[in-house]
Amino acid sequence: MLDLVKEIMPQLLEGTLVTLQLTGTAISLGFIIGIFLALGRLYGKGPVRAFCKGYIEFFRGTPLLVQLFIVYYGLPRYGIKVSSVLAAFLGLGLNSAAYQAEYFRGAIQSIPGGQMMAARAIGMTKFKAILNVIIPQALRVVIPSWSNELIYTLKYSSVAYIIGAPELMAQAKFITAENFRYFEVFLVVAFIYLVIVSILSWVLRIVEKKVKIPGLQVV
Amino acid sequence: MGQVYGPLPLSLVINIYERFFRSIPALVLLFLFFFGSSYFGFSLSPFLSAVLALGLRSSAYQSQIFRGAIQSIPEGQMMAARAIGMTKFKAILNIILPQAIRLSIPPWSNEYSSVLKDTSLAYAVGVIELVREGRYIIVRTFEPMVVYITIALIYFVLTYCGNRLLGLLERKLAVPGYEIKLRGARNVS
Amino acid sequence: MSPEDNVILKVENIYKKYGNEEVLKGVSFSVRQGETKVIIGPSGTGKSTLLRCINGLTRPDKGDVWLDGVRLTDSKVNLDKIRQNIGMVFQNFNLFTHLTALDNVRIGLVKVKKLPKDVATEKAMAMLKRVGLEEKAHLYPAQLSGGQQQRVSIARALAMDPKLILFDEPTSALDPELIGEVLDVMRDLVESGMTMVVVSHEMGFVRSVSDEIIFLEGGVVVEQGPPDVLFNNPKNKRTREFLCKINELYGG
Repeated sequence: MLDLVKEIMPQLLEGTLVTLQLTGTAISLGFIIGIFLALGRLYGKGPVRAFCKGYIEFFRGTPLLVQLFIVYYGLPRYGIKVSSVLAAFLGLGLNSAAYQAEYFRGAIQSIPGGQMMAARAIGMTKFKAILNVIIPQALRVVIPSWSNELIYTLKYSSVAYIIGAPELMAQAKFITAENFRYFEVFLVVAFIYLVIVSILSWVLRIVEKKVKIPGLQVV
Repeated sequence: MGQVYGPLPLSLVINIYERFFRSIPALVLLFLFFFGSSYFGFSLSPFLSAVLALGLRSSAYQSQIFRGAIQSIPEGQMMAARAIGMTKFKAILNIILPQAIRLSIPPWSNEYSSVLKDTSLAYAVGVIELVREGRYIIVRTFEPMVVYITIALIYFVLTYCGNRLLGLLERKLAVPGYEIKLRGARNVS
Repeated sequence: MSPEDNVILKVENIYKKYGNEEVLKGVSFSVRQGETKVIIGPSGTGKSTLLRCINGLTRPDKGDVWLDGVRLTDSKVNLDKIRQNIGMVFQNFNLFTHLTALDNVRIGLVKVKKLPKDVATEKAMAMLKRVGLEEKAHLYPAQLSGGQQQRVSIARALAMDPKLILFDEPTSALDPELIGEVLDVMRDLVESGMTMVVVSHEMGFVRSVSDEIIFLEGGVVVEQGPPDVLFNNPKNKRTREFLCKINELYGG
């Protein structure tokens, strides 16, 4: 078993790198879009709010695989060609945005109403108040949920193999196509995911501690 | 329950079980079950291995949900139950569980949606579910966008209806006056 | 409308309804520069709502508010700018939890008044000094006692150089032993000539520093007058009843 591991590790690690890249970029895309969606949903006027709500409902209510297929197989039908990696990035990112939007919304709503009142009372516009008072606090509150989302994105990046992105799962499939030792290879893959997830969780816990507002215990 | 009330070794084992199932992707798990069965000598149909994989995975998440619900019930409830003479077992059965089940409904409906969507991954091990049927249709009609969007809508309707039903259930079971109020921002002009 | 003999704030016939409940039914009063008016009355009679109508955090259904000749209830008025001239101190302090005491006082100067950072810092420190908290400048609200937090919140309001400060039950959320330090700061403000509208239950304070007391009950002004009149010789039966009850609870 051990020599099998030694043999396949380099290729698996190549795939792992792509997995990590995919995860990192997708979640960043999700972050940017997600914040706008959350703000649009909470503070936006009619059509903006409706759009944000619709987007969130759609991307959370449908499977990631189907979303990836829509991007990868659907777009070319109308002339837009996308590489598998680009499709994976877009699909994962847009999907993540919806979940992140909900987490941000929860965080923002958990900020006591008095904070907004006090900000308006010293003459801040709604925009300034959101930027300087609400969001800094919300970002701290959202860390546990966001960490969850990061790990979720990492795990679901595996689905991208189905549309051909060369990440960890894809490499595993290539290997097994040759050596047919399916179970063992996937066991190794499972182990790799486990290790990455554990390391990430540990790092995120440290980050949470570092940005905590002194004295404030999050209930 | 094993985690909250069980002896230490039991809760440790459960912890590991949980950690394992929550750290690895659903897809990997599906493959492990599908191929693992033949590795260990017996053969599992794609459908069965998908059911096992998704089922066991969900159980790990659900145990988290129930654990959270049980632990969020104020300690005073158990104390009061023991104080009127109930055994630990009776207390759990009559006092803790009914409340925990009520509290679990929202996160549980999330899990329902999650599992429903994950069934799409069973496509990868060959199960003939919605996505695969969709592929067959596309081969015939060459309209991937239309087909996939339709599939997406079907999933959406399924999750939406499921969530609505569970919401109804939650309202029926709700204890008057006992809602968790969200601290919303006040209406500032 | 030009300011008449020093009237800074004029509240005219304010009506406010929440759903089916009419909370304010035609409240009027005016405040001259340097005066301290205190509003007393049973809980839930719209005292907080009244204050919020003054600085526009809540819009009255009917009625007008005039600040130094400017009609605030006009929909064309830029309320954000006006709020720079009205300070507000809340019952729950509402300090920005993610900022130090210094930052809390300074943020209005930097973000709203757009002062350069060093000027703002100097002014903020001066305000903190005035409320006796310059040593705690670098602590976060969660690290301060309730009384200290409220004092920082007063400093925050002062820093904007307001024409008038509104106090919404500033000591009601404080432990008894911490009330004194806040009242001291407020007394100091009165003496320095700040125009103040205060909602409070602290009868001792009310009696000693107010120029006029307004008794609000059921959404209307039941009686208003200088403290010695109201306390010693209230004209209205309900005023007397209320003051008796308060006396029992708070020992005046």
